[in-house]
Amino acid sequence: MHDLPSDKRSETPEPEHAAASPAAAPLTVSQVMAESQVQTVLAELEQGLVGLAPVKQRVRDIAALLVIDRLRKNRGLAAQAPSLHMCFSGNPGTGKTTVALRMAQILYRLGYVRKGHLVAVTRDDLVGQYIGHTAPKTREVLKKAMGGVLFIDEAYYLYRPENERDYGQEAIEILLQVMENQRDDLVVILAGYKDRMDTFFSSNPGMSSRIAHHLDFPDYSAQELLRIADQMLVELNYRFDDGRNGLESARAAFEQYLELRMRQPHFANARSVRNALDRARLRQASRLFAQAEVAHSAEDLSTLNAADLRASRVFAQAAP
Amino acid sequence: MMTNQGNRLTQGQFSYLPDLTDAQITAQIEYALAKNWAVGVEYTDDPHPRNTYWEMYGNPMFDLKDASGFLKEINACRQTFANHYIRVTAFDSTQGVESPRMSFIVNRPKNEPGFGLARQEIGGRQIQYTVHSYATDKPEGERY
Repeated sequence: MHDLPSDKRSETPEPEHAAASPAAAPLTVSQVMAESQVQTVLAELEQGLVGLAPVKQRVRDIAALLVIDRLRKNRGLAAQAPSLHMCFSGNPGTGKTTVALRMAQILYRLGYVRKGHLVAVTRDDLVGQYIGHTAPKTREVLKKAMGGVLFIDEAYYLYRPENERDYGQEAIEILLQVMENQRDDLVVILAGYKDRMDTFFSSNPGMSSRIAHHLDFPDYSAQELLRIADQMLVELNYRFDDGRNGLESARAAFEQYLELRMRQPHFANARSVRNALDRARLRQASRLFAQAEVAHSAEDLSTLNAADLRASRVFAQAAP
Repeated sequence: MMTNQGNRLTQGQFSYLPDLTDAQITAQIEYALAKNWAVGVEYTDDPHPRNTYWEMYGNPMFDLKDASGFLKEINACRQTFANHYIRVTAFDSTQGVESPRMSFIVNRPKNEPGFGLARQEIGGRQIQYTVHSYATDKPEGERY
Protein backbone atom coordinates (compact mmCIF):
# COMPACT_ATOMS: atom_id res chain seq x y z
CA MET A 1 0.00 0.00 0.00
CA HIS A 2 1.51 3.31 -0.90
CA ASP A 3 0.25 6.73 -0.10
CA LEU A 4 0.28 9.05 -3.02
CA PRO A 5 3.39 11.18 -3.35
CA SER A 6 2.82 14.61 -1.88
CA ASP A 7 2.59 16.37 -5.21
CA LYS A 8 -0.32 14.15 -6.18
CA ARG A 9 -2.13 14.44 -2.90
CA SER A 10 -4.43 17.35 -2.29
CA GLU A 11 -6.27 18.24 0.87
CA THR A 12 -9.00 15.86 1.95
CA PRO A 13 -12.37 17.52 1.66
CA GLU A 14 -13.88 18.84 4.86
CA PRO A 15 -16.91 16.94 6.05
CA GLU A 16 -19.02 20.03 6.83
CA HIS A 17 -21.44 19.52 3.94
CA ALA A 18 -21.39 15.73 3.87
CA ALA A 19 -24.52 14.23 2.38
CA ALA A 20 -26.65 15.38 5.31
CA SER A 21 -30.05 16.39 4.10
CA PRO A 22 -30.52 20.14 4.51
CA ALA A 23 -33.61 21.78 5.99
CA ALA A 24 -35.07 22.61 2.58
CA ALA A 25 -34.16 20.07 -0.08
CA PRO A 26 -32.72 21.80 -3.17
CA LEU A 27 -34.92 21.66 -6.27
CA THR A 28 -32.80 23.26 -8.97
CA VAL A 29 -29.49 22.30 -10.48
CA SER A 30 -27.84 25.48 -9.26
CA GLN A 31 -29.03 24.88 -5.72
CA VAL A 32 -27.46 21.43 -5.71
CA MET A 33 -24.30 22.83 -7.26
CA ALA A 34 -24.11 25.59 -4.66
CA GLU A 35 -24.78 23.22 -1.82
CA SER A 36 -22.31 20.57 -2.90
CA GLN A 37 -19.60 22.99 -4.10
CA VAL A 38 -18.96 20.59 -6.95
CA GLN A 39 -18.52 23.59 -9.24
CA THR A 40 -15.16 24.45 -7.69
CA VAL A 41 -13.85 20.92 -8.26
CA LEU A 42 -15.08 20.95 -11.85
CA ALA A 43 -13.50 24.34 -12.43
CA GLU A 44 -10.26 23.09 -10.92
CA LEU A 45 -10.39 20.11 -13.25
CA GLU A 46 -11.03 22.41 -16.18
CA GLN A 47 -8.20 24.84 -15.44
CA GLY A 48 -5.78 22.67 -13.49
CA LEU A 49 -5.51 20.01 -16.15
CA VAL A 50 -4.33 20.77 -19.65
CA GLY A 51 -5.99 19.00 -22.58
CA LEU A 52 -7.85 15.73 -21.88
CA ALA A 53 -11.07 17.04 -23.44
CA PRO A 54 -12.87 13.66 -23.69
CA VAL A 55 -12.07 12.84 -20.07
CA LYS A 56 -13.31 16.19 -18.83
CA GLN A 57 -16.50 15.77 -20.80
CA ARG A 58 -17.16 12.38 -19.25
CA VAL A 59 -16.48 13.69 -15.75
CA ARG A 60 -18.96 16.52 -16.37
CA ASP A 61 -21.52 13.98 -17.62
CA ILE A 62 -21.12 11.89 -14.49
CA ALA A 63 -21.41 14.97 -12.29
CA ALA A 64 -24.56 16.00 -14.16
CA LEU A 65 -26.10 12.57 -13.68
CA LEU A 66 -25.42 12.67 -9.96
CA VAL A 67 -26.86 16.17 -9.63
CA ILE A 68 -30.02 15.18 -11.47
CA ASP A 69 -30.30 12.06 -9.34
CA ARG A 70 -30.21 14.26 -6.26
CA LEU A 71 -33.06 16.35 -7.68
CA ARG A 72 -35.04 13.22 -8.54
CA LYS A 73 -34.59 11.95 -5.03
CA ASN A 74 -35.84 15.24 -3.59
CA ARG A 75 -38.94 14.95 -5.77
CA GLY A 76 -39.55 11.44 -4.52
CA LEU A 77 -38.67 9.75 -7.82
CA ALA A 78 -36.73 6.52 -7.87
CA ALA A 79 -33.03 7.30 -7.95
CA GLN A 80 -31.08 4.10 -7.97
CA ALA A 81 -27.42 4.73 -7.40
CA PRO A 82 -25.73 4.29 -10.77
CA SER A 83 -22.75 1.99 -11.09
CA LEU A 84 -19.71 4.23 -11.17
CA HIS A 85 -16.84 1.80 -11.42
CA MET A 86 -14.43 3.15 -13.99
CA CYS A 87 -11.50 2.17 -16.10
CA PHE A 88 -8.87 4.75 -17.01
CA SER A 89 -6.70 3.67 -19.88
CA GLY A 90 -3.91 5.68 -21.40
CA ASN A 91 -0.19 5.96 -21.79
CA PRO A 92 2.03 6.75 -18.81
CA GLY A 93 1.92 10.31 -17.54
CA THR A 94 -1.45 11.22 -19.06
CA GLY A 95 -2.97 12.19 -15.73
CA LYS A 96 -4.85 9.05 -14.71
CA THR A 97 -4.01 9.30 -11.01
CA THR A 98 -4.68 13.03 -10.89
CA VAL A 99 -8.10 12.61 -12.44
CA ALA A 100 -8.86 9.71 -10.08
CA LEU A 101 -8.13 11.98 -7.14
CA ARG A 102 -10.41 14.70 -8.50
CA MET A 103 -13.03 12.09 -9.20
CA ALA A 104 -12.97 11.03 -5.56
CA GLN A 105 -13.64 14.63 -4.55
CA ILE A 106 -16.46 15.10 -7.02
CA LEU A 107 -18.16 11.90 -5.93
CA TYR A 108 -17.78 12.93 -2.33
CA ARG A 109 -19.22 16.40 -2.86
CA LEU A 110 -22.21 14.94 -4.62
CA GLY A 111 -22.73 12.51 -1.77
CA TYR A 112 -22.07 9.39 -3.83
CA VAL A 113 -19.26 8.21 -1.57
CA ARG A 114 -19.22 8.98 2.13
CA LYS A 115 -15.58 9.90 2.77
CA GLY A 116 -13.96 10.77 -0.54
CA HIS A 117 -10.49 9.41 0.15
CA LEU A 118 -8.46 7.65 -2.50
CA VAL A 119 -6.67 4.39 -1.78
CA ALA A 120 -4.10 3.71 -4.48
CA VAL A 121 -2.95 0.10 -4.76
CA THR A 122 -1.13 -2.18 -7.17
CA ARG A 123 -1.01 -5.95 -7.58
CA ASP A 124 1.34 -6.31 -4.59
CA ASP A 125 -1.24 -4.91 -2.21
CA LEU A 126 -4.01 -7.23 -3.34
CA VAL A 127 -2.37 -10.54 -4.17
CA GLY A 128 -0.76 -12.71 -1.53
CA GLN A 129 2.27 -14.94 -1.73
CA TYR A 130 0.85 -18.26 -0.66
CA ILE A 131 -2.45 -20.12 -0.58
CA GLY A 132 -4.95 -18.42 1.69
CA HIS A 133 -3.04 -15.17 1.82
CA THR A 134 -4.79 -13.38 -1.00
CA ALA A 135 -8.36 -13.21 0.29
CA PRO A 136 -7.58 -11.54 3.64
CA LYS A 137 -5.15 -9.19 1.95
CA THR A 138 -7.66 -8.10 -0.66
CA ARG A 139 -10.42 -7.75 1.93
CA GLU A 140 -8.12 -5.62 4.07
CA VAL A 141 -7.54 -3.24 1.18
CA LEU A 142 -11.24 -3.17 0.33
CA LYS A 143 -12.07 -2.33 3.93
CA LYS A 144 -9.62 0.54 3.80
CA ALA A 145 -11.24 1.88 0.66
CA MET A 146 -14.79 1.70 2.04
CA GLY A 147 -16.50 5.04 1.77
CA GLY A 148 -14.01 6.21 -0.82
CA VAL A 149 -12.37 5.30 -4.08
CA LEU A 150 -10.13 2.29 -4.69
CA PHE A 151 -7.62 3.07 -7.42
CA ILE A 152 -5.92 -0.02 -8.84
CA ASP A 153 -2.92 1.03 -10.85
CA GLU A 154 -1.75 -1.27 -13.64
CA ALA A 155 -4.72 -3.50 -13.01
CA TYR A 156 -3.85 -5.91 -15.82
CA TYR A 157 -1.10 -7.39 -13.66
CA LEU A 158 -3.83 -8.93 -11.52
CA TYR A 159 -4.42 -11.50 -14.23
CA ARG A 160 -1.49 -13.60 -15.34
CA PRO A 161 -2.67 -16.07 -17.95
CA GLU A 162 0.74 -17.72 -18.24
CA ASN A 163 0.44 -19.11 -14.70
CA GLU A 164 -2.82 -20.88 -14.06
CA ARG A 165 -2.14 -21.16 -10.35
CA ASP A 166 -1.60 -17.45 -9.99
CA TYR A 167 -3.46 -15.99 -7.01
CA GLY A 168 -4.46 -12.89 -8.97
CA GLN A 169 -7.63 -14.61 -10.13
CA GLU A 170 -8.75 -14.94 -6.51
CA ALA A 171 -8.26 -11.22 -5.94
CA ILE A 172 -10.27 -10.48 -9.09
CA GLU A 173 -13.14 -12.65 -7.88
CA ILE A 174 -13.32 -10.91 -4.52
CA LEU A 175 -13.14 -7.55 -6.26
CA LEU A 176 -15.99 -8.50 -8.58
CA GLN A 177 -18.14 -9.60 -5.68
CA VAL A 178 -17.62 -6.35 -3.79
CA MET A 179 -18.04 -4.23 -6.93
CA GLU A 180 -21.42 -5.87 -7.48
CA ASN A 181 -22.79 -6.07 -3.94
CA GLN A 182 -21.40 -3.01 -2.24
CA ARG A 183 -21.76 -0.41 -4.92
CA ASP A 184 -22.73 2.27 -2.41
CA ASP A 185 -19.71 1.54 -0.22
CA LEU A 186 -16.92 2.11 -2.67
CA VAL A 187 -16.04 3.00 -6.24
CA VAL A 188 -13.33 1.01 -8.00
CA ILE A 189 -11.17 2.68 -10.63
CA LEU A 190 -8.86 0.49 -12.69
CA ALA A 191 -6.01 2.13 -14.53
CA GLY A 192 -3.46 0.94 -17.01
CA TYR A 193 -2.09 1.09 -20.52
CA LYS A 194 -4.70 0.84 -23.22
CA ASP A 195 -3.65 -2.30 -25.09
CA ARG A 196 -2.94 -4.33 -21.97
CA MET A 197 -6.19 -3.28 -20.33
CA ASP A 198 -8.01 -4.47 -23.46
CA THR A 199 -6.36 -7.89 -23.15
CA PHE A 200 -7.22 -7.93 -19.46
CA PHE A 201 -10.88 -7.23 -20.13
CA SER A 202 -11.16 -9.73 -22.96
CA SER A 203 -9.94 -12.47 -20.61
CA ASN A 204 -12.13 -11.22 -17.71
CA PRO A 205 -15.51 -10.45 -19.27
CA GLY A 206 -17.12 -10.30 -15.83
CA MET A 207 -14.87 -7.38 -14.94
CA SER A 208 -15.54 -5.56 -18.17
CA SER A 209 -19.32 -5.77 -17.80
CA ARG A 210 -19.24 -4.44 -14.27
CA ILE A 211 -17.39 -1.31 -15.29
CA ALA A 212 -19.75 1.27 -16.66
CA HIS A 213 -17.26 3.91 -17.69
CA HIS A 214 -14.24 3.34 -19.87
CA LEU A 215 -12.25 6.54 -20.16
CA ASP A 216 -9.43 6.86 -22.66
CA PHE A 217 -6.69 9.31 -21.82
CA PRO A 218 -5.20 10.67 -25.05
CA ASP A 219 -1.54 11.56 -25.37
CA TYR A 220 -0.66 15.23 -25.00
CA SER A 221 0.41 17.32 -27.96
CA ALA A 222 3.69 19.24 -27.78
CA GLN A 223 1.82 22.51 -27.14
CA GLU A 224 -0.13 20.95 -24.28
CA LEU A 225 3.06 19.61 -22.75
CA LEU A 226 4.58 23.06 -22.95
CA ARG A 227 1.61 24.48 -21.07
CA ILE A 228 1.96 21.71 -18.50
CA ALA A 229 5.61 22.70 -18.08
CA ASP A 230 4.57 26.32 -17.55
CA GLN A 231 2.10 25.27 -14.87
CA MET A 232 4.64 23.07 -13.11
CA LEU A 233 7.19 25.88 -13.04
CA VAL A 234 4.66 28.37 -11.65
CA GLU A 235 3.84 25.94 -8.87
CA LEU A 236 7.53 25.61 -8.02
CA ASN A 237 8.19 29.35 -8.27
CA TYR A 238 10.41 28.98 -11.29
CA ARG A 239 10.12 30.45 -14.76
CA PHE A 240 11.68 30.07 -18.17
CA ASP A 241 14.21 32.71 -19.18
CA ASP A 242 12.36 34.84 -21.72
CA GLY A 243 15.54 35.60 -23.68
CA ARG A 244 15.32 39.36 -23.33
CA ASN A 245 19.05 39.98 -22.74
CA GLY A 246 20.22 38.56 -26.06
CA LEU A 247 20.20 34.95 -24.83
CA GLU A 248 18.09 32.23 -26.33
CA SER A 249 14.60 31.89 -24.92
CA ALA A 250 14.46 28.94 -22.56
CA ARG A 251 10.86 28.20 -23.48
CA ALA A 252 11.83 27.82 -27.14
CA ALA A 253 14.69 25.53 -26.12
CA PHE A 254 12.27 23.44 -24.10
CA GLU A 255 9.90 23.23 -27.03
CA GLN A 256 12.70 21.82 -29.16
CA TYR A 257 13.64 19.48 -26.35
CA LEU A 258 10.07 18.15 -26.26
CA GLU A 259 10.03 17.58 -30.00
CA LEU A 260 13.18 15.48 -29.78
CA ARG A 261 12.14 13.71 -26.60
CA MET A 262 8.71 12.74 -27.92
CA ARG A 263 10.34 10.81 -30.73
CA GLN A 264 12.45 8.79 -28.31
CA PRO A 265 11.26 5.58 -26.67
CA HIS A 266 9.84 5.53 -23.12
CA PHE A 267 8.32 8.95 -23.43
CA ALA A 268 5.95 9.36 -20.47
CA ASN A 269 4.08 12.57 -21.29
CA ALA A 270 3.70 14.85 -18.28
CA ARG A 271 5.98 12.68 -16.17
CA SER A 272 8.83 13.13 -18.66
CA VAL A 273 8.19 16.87 -18.58
CA ARG A 274 8.51 16.90 -14.83
CA ASN A 275 11.70 14.86 -14.95
CA ALA A 276 13.20 17.15 -17.59
CA LEU A 277 12.38 20.20 -15.49
CA ASP A 278 13.82 18.57 -12.37
CA ARG A 279 17.08 17.91 -14.19
CA ALA A 280 17.13 21.48 -15.51
CA ARG A 281 16.72 22.68 -11.93
CA LEU A 282 19.74 20.59 -10.95
CA ARG A 283 21.81 22.18 -13.69
CA GLN A 284 20.62 25.65 -12.76
CA ALA A 285 21.54 24.96 -9.15
CA SER A 286 25.07 23.88 -9.98
CA ARG A 287 25.48 26.84 -12.35
CA LEU A 288 24.60 29.22 -9.53
CA PHE A 289 26.60 27.19 -7.03
CA ALA A 290 29.75 27.71 -9.10
CA GLN A 291 29.44 31.50 -8.71
CA ALA A 292 30.32 31.41 -5.04
CA GLU A 293 30.90 35.16 -4.56
CA VAL A 294 27.84 36.50 -6.37
CA ALA A 295 24.77 37.68 -4.45
CA HIS A 296 21.97 36.04 -6.43
CA SER A 297 18.77 37.97 -6.89
CA ALA A 298 15.39 36.29 -6.46
CA GLU A 299 15.06 36.45 -10.23
CA ASP A 300 18.34 34.64 -10.78
CA LEU A 301 17.32 31.97 -8.34
CA SER A 302 14.03 31.34 -10.10
CA THR A 303 15.10 31.51 -13.74
CA LEU A 304 15.92 28.48 -15.86
CA ASN A 305 17.88 29.60 -18.89
CA ALA A 306 18.31 27.95 -22.27
CA ALA A 307 21.76 26.57 -21.38
CA ASP A 308 20.25 24.61 -18.48
CA LEU A 309 17.95 22.88 -20.92
CA ARG A 310 20.39 22.61 -23.82
CA ALA A 311 22.78 20.58 -21.67
CA SER A 312 20.33 17.69 -21.81
CA ARG A 313 21.46 14.38 -23.24
CA VAL A 314 18.52 14.46 -25.62
CA PHE A 315 20.12 17.22 -27.69
CA ALA A 316 23.48 15.47 -27.74
CA GLN A 317 21.90 12.28 -29.06
CA ALA A 318 19.94 14.14 -31.70
CA ALA A 319 22.99 16.05 -33.02
CA PRO A 320 24.79 13.40 -35.15
CA MET B 1 -32.35 -7.49 46.04
CA MET B 2 -31.81 -7.60 42.30
CA THR B 3 -30.51 -4.32 40.94
CA ASN B 4 -29.65 -5.71 37.53
CA GLN B 5 -32.53 -7.79 36.37
CA GLY B 6 -31.73 -10.26 33.63
CA ASN B 7 -28.13 -10.25 34.79
CA ARG B 8 -27.03 -8.16 31.86
CA LEU B 9 -23.34 -7.42 31.98
CA THR B 10 -22.83 -3.70 32.56
CA GLN B 11 -19.39 -2.78 31.35
CA GLY B 12 -18.37 0.16 29.22
CA GLN B 13 -20.71 2.62 27.59
CA PHE B 14 -24.42 2.14 26.89
CA SER B 15 -24.50 -1.08 28.87
CA TYR B 16 -27.72 -0.11 30.69
CA LEU B 17 -29.45 0.52 27.36
CA PRO B 18 -30.98 -2.08 25.07
CA ASP B 19 -28.51 -3.54 22.55
CA LEU B 20 -27.32 -1.02 19.99
CA THR B 21 -28.58 -1.40 16.45
CA ASP B 22 -26.14 -1.51 13.56
CA ALA B 23 -27.02 2.08 12.67
CA GLN B 24 -26.25 3.19 16.21
CA ILE B 25 -22.96 1.29 16.22
CA THR B 26 -22.08 2.93 12.90
CA ALA B 27 -22.78 6.36 14.37
CA GLN B 28 -20.58 5.65 17.38
CA ILE B 29 -17.71 4.44 15.20
CA GLU B 30 -18.05 7.47 12.93
CA TYR B 31 -17.67 9.62 16.04
CA ALA B 32 -14.47 7.80 17.01
CA LEU B 33 -13.11 8.04 13.47
CA ALA B 34 -13.81 11.78 13.38
CA LYS B 35 -11.57 12.10 16.45
CA ASN B 36 -8.83 10.01 14.80
CA TRP B 37 -9.13 7.20 17.30
CA ALA B 38 -8.15 3.66 16.35
CA VAL B 39 -11.02 1.22 16.65
CA GLY B 40 -10.66 -2.46 17.46
CA VAL B 41 -13.01 -5.41 17.93
CA GLU B 42 -12.44 -7.68 20.93
CA TYR B 43 -14.16 -10.76 22.32
CA THR B 44 -14.05 -12.88 25.47
CA ASP B 45 -16.05 -15.42 27.39
CA ASP B 46 -14.69 -14.36 30.77
CA PRO B 47 -16.77 -11.33 31.73
CA HIS B 48 -15.09 -10.61 35.08
CA PRO B 49 -14.78 -6.83 35.42
CA ARG B 50 -11.06 -7.11 36.15
CA ASN B 51 -10.45 -9.13 32.99
CA THR B 52 -8.81 -6.51 30.82
CA TYR B 53 -7.29 -9.01 28.43
CA TRP B 54 -9.97 -9.52 25.82
CA GLU B 55 -8.87 -11.24 22.64
CA MET B 56 -8.55 -9.03 19.60
CA TYR B 57 -10.53 -10.13 16.58
CA GLY B 58 -8.37 -9.70 13.50
CA ASN B 59 -5.82 -6.97 13.17
CA PRO B 60 -6.24 -3.56 14.72
CA MET B 61 -7.85 -1.30 12.17
CA PHE B 62 -5.78 1.84 12.14
CA ASP B 63 -6.24 3.09 8.63
CA LEU B 64 -9.90 2.53 7.90
CA LYS B 65 -11.76 5.68 6.97
CA ASP B 66 -15.35 4.51 7.01
CA ALA B 67 -17.49 2.68 9.56
CA SER B 68 -18.84 0.15 7.08
CA GLY B 69 -15.51 -1.70 7.15
CA PHE B 70 -15.74 -2.00 10.93
CA LEU B 71 -19.31 -3.19 10.82
CA LYS B 72 -18.25 -5.91 8.43
CA GLU B 73 -15.61 -7.01 10.92
CA ILE B 74 -18.06 -6.87 13.84
CA ASN B 75 -20.54 -9.03 11.96
CA ALA B 76 -17.84 -11.52 11.06
CA CYS B 77 -16.89 -11.69 14.73
CA ARG B 78 -20.53 -12.12 15.77
CA GLN B 79 -20.81 -15.03 13.40
CA THR B 80 -17.68 -16.71 14.71
CA PHE B 81 -18.32 -16.03 18.39
CA ALA B 82 -22.08 -15.86 18.62
CA ASN B 83 -22.04 -16.78 22.31
CA HIS B 84 -19.24 -14.56 23.46
CA TYR B 85 -19.09 -11.00 24.64
CA ILE B 86 -17.87 -8.73 21.86
CA ARG B 87 -16.92 -5.14 22.42
CA VAL B 88 -15.74 -2.28 20.28
CA THR B 89 -12.96 -0.16 21.74
CA ALA B 90 -11.64 3.13 20.44
CA PHE B 91 -8.09 4.10 21.36
CA ASP B 92 -6.67 7.58 21.47
CA SER B 93 -2.94 7.81 20.77
CA THR B 94 -2.42 11.52 21.37
CA GLN B 95 -0.97 10.90 24.85
CA GLY B 96 1.79 8.79 23.34
CA VAL B 97 0.16 5.55 24.40
CA GLU B 98 -2.98 4.00 23.00
CA SER B 99 -5.52 4.84 25.70
CA PRO B 100 -9.09 3.60 25.51
CA ARG B 101 -11.58 6.41 25.04
CA MET B 102 -14.68 4.45 24.15
CA SER B 103 -15.72 0.89 24.80
CA PHE B 104 -19.11 -0.67 24.32
CA ILE B 105 -20.52 -4.17 24.07
CA VAL B 106 -21.99 -5.13 20.70
CA ASN B 107 -22.76 -8.79 21.31
CA ARG B 108 -23.58 -10.83 24.43
CA PRO B 109 -24.48 -14.45 25.10
CA LYS B 110 -28.17 -15.32 25.12
CA ASN B 111 -28.07 -16.45 28.71
CA GLU B 112 -25.93 -14.52 31.14
CA PRO B 113 -25.74 -16.25 34.53
CA GLY B 114 -24.13 -13.24 36.18
CA PHE B 115 -21.87 -13.05 39.21
CA GLY B 116 -21.91 -14.52 42.68
CA LEU B 117 -20.35 -13.02 45.78
CA ALA B 118 -17.63 -15.27 47.20
CA ARG B 119 -16.65 -14.91 50.86
CA GLN B 120 -13.31 -16.00 52.21
CA GLU B 121 -12.51 -16.17 55.92
CA ILE B 122 -9.09 -14.92 56.79
CA GLY B 123 -7.32 -14.26 60.07
CA GLY B 124 -9.55 -13.58 63.09
CA ARG B 125 -13.20 -13.07 62.13
CA GLN B 126 -12.34 -11.08 59.04
CA ILE B 127 -14.06 -11.80 55.73
CA GLN B 128 -12.76 -11.00 52.24
CA TYR B 129 -15.22 -10.58 49.45
CA THR B 130 -14.80 -11.09 45.75
CA VAL B 131 -17.11 -11.47 42.77
CA HIS B 132 -17.09 -14.67 40.83
CA SER B 133 -18.63 -15.23 37.41
CA TYR B 134 -20.74 -18.38 37.33
CA ALA B 135 -19.84 -18.83 33.70
CA THR B 136 -16.15 -19.32 34.43
CA ASP B 137 -16.81 -22.52 36.39
CA LYS B 138 -16.72 -24.23 33.01
CA PRO B 139 -13.63 -24.38 30.82
CA GLU B 140 -12.99 -21.81 28.14
CA GLY B 141 -15.12 -22.16 25.02
CA GLU B 142 -17.91 -24.07 26.86
CA ARG B 143 -19.05 -21.26 29.10
CA TYR B 144 -22.16 -20.04 27.34
